Amino acid sequence: MTRRQLATYIFFGVVVILFAISVALKGFFVTFGAFLTLAIFSFLYDDNPYYKFAEHLFVGVSAAYWMCMGFWGTMVPNLFGRLYPPMVGPVIPALKDNPSDPFMLIPLILGIMLLMRLSSKAGWISRWALAFVVGTTAGLNLVRYLRSDFIQQISSTAMPLYVTNSAGFSLGETISNIVIFIGVMCGLIYFFFSKEHKGAFGAGARAGVIVLMITFGASFGYTVMARISLLVGRMQYLLDSWLGMIG
Amino acid sequence: MKRRVPLMMVFVVSLFMVVQNFVPLDEWNWIYQFLLDWTMIIGILSLLLGMWSLWKVHTQKIKRKSENYGYSFITLSGLILMLIFGFFPGSGGIENYWYRSFFYYIMVPIQATMFSLLAFFIASAAFRAFRARSVMATLLLLAALVIMVRFVPMGPLSPIVSDAAGWILKVPNLAAKRAIIIGVGLGAVATALKVMLGIERSYLGRD
Repeated sequence: MTRRQLATYIFFGVVVILFAISVALKGFFVTFGAFLTLAIFSFLYDDNPYYKFAEHLFVGVSAAYWMCMGFWGTMVPNLFGRLYPPMVGPVIPALKDNPSDPFMLIPLILGIMLLMRLSSKAGWISRWALAFVVGTTAGLNLVRYLRSDFIQQISSTAMPLYVTNSAGFSLGETISNIVIFIGVMCGLIYFFFSKEHKGAFGAGARAGVIVLMITFGASFGYTVMARISLLVGRMQYLLDSWLGMIG
Repeated sequence: MKRRVPLMMVFVVSLFMVVQNFVPLDEWNWIYQFLLDWTMIIGILSLLLGMWSLWKVHTQKIKRKSENYGYSFITLSGLILMLIFGFFPGSGGIENYWYRSFFYYIMVPIQATMFSLLAFFIASAAFRAFRARSVMATLLLLAALVIMVRFVPMGPLSPIVSDAAGWILKVPNLAAKRAIIIGVGLGAVATALKVMLGIERSYLGRD
């Protein structure tokens, strides 16, 4: 055994002993949470077995977590609770006296049809269920996007370009409204690729890029600060909840 | 049968979803609510497909002893344990102590740390990207700096920075976001129409 290997084993042993002490003092879950936090941070050095362990554990646990949440949060009250209410009585007593709703057999059948995808011969049956979901979503999105992302946005942009309030003319609000109006128009011009960006149209597109750059900068700054606050949260967990070094 | 029925289903269901917006009848609203509930239930049932796929991928990795197959045991253990805690009769479902502990001490730390790692990667990317070589890059840099200084954990450093950040977010940022949203809205409407009319059929897959 080389000296380097010996040092590695000693270091590993010390870490194991420290974690064992932590389990005795702070409990298993708090220590395990700290271990997983450090395991993920270890990726900053390089990909390693600790990171891989945490990553794989997360995949398994989160898949089952969402399955359970979907089952108890949606399937139980919306499917079983309406198909045969006495069945969910022990879990949701408020639903047990509701009348049964045979129409809820349809989504159950469509759901089972969707699972036919697992069969190589009858896989095409799953398309029916998929078509139902796709159709519902397409119809819903068509109206929703038209209303909220198109009509509503245009209506909000059509603001007065000369603003007065109780104190008289408001220069600040007037400038803001003009910037918003011109910004939206120039932004749209930039995204319009059916006409070459030349002359006045090109100038509008260039102004659009300026507004877009400010937005990307703001979004970038916002994202960085959101990540930093998550980092602060993790540091608080390690230093306070785990090691008890703060206050 | 294999392609025509799904295409007809898509057309009929989506047309109903559109038309019911313009017909304020209680019966139509009742059907609309039903369709939404059905979609939600089918969506949850489709999670089973994902679970099956995950199970298959990892069991095959173990069977074939592929590279790093040992980690598949970890994934499957996490999956099975969480399912037992969440589904086992009398375990209390999602109120179960172990289920909640797995969420708070395994899922939350890993997810939050994973996202916080991005702070480091973003910082290193910014170091390379944020060189004020042009007017546009300088604008990007200035906007990002103002927003970052505004949202430092100890609070805004000065009222001027706070006002500047507020103006950037409420005026130019709003204008560009609105232009993007209008574009996205138009794109979504066009895609929905293509799906409704059977022009976009990729969801049907191949025969």
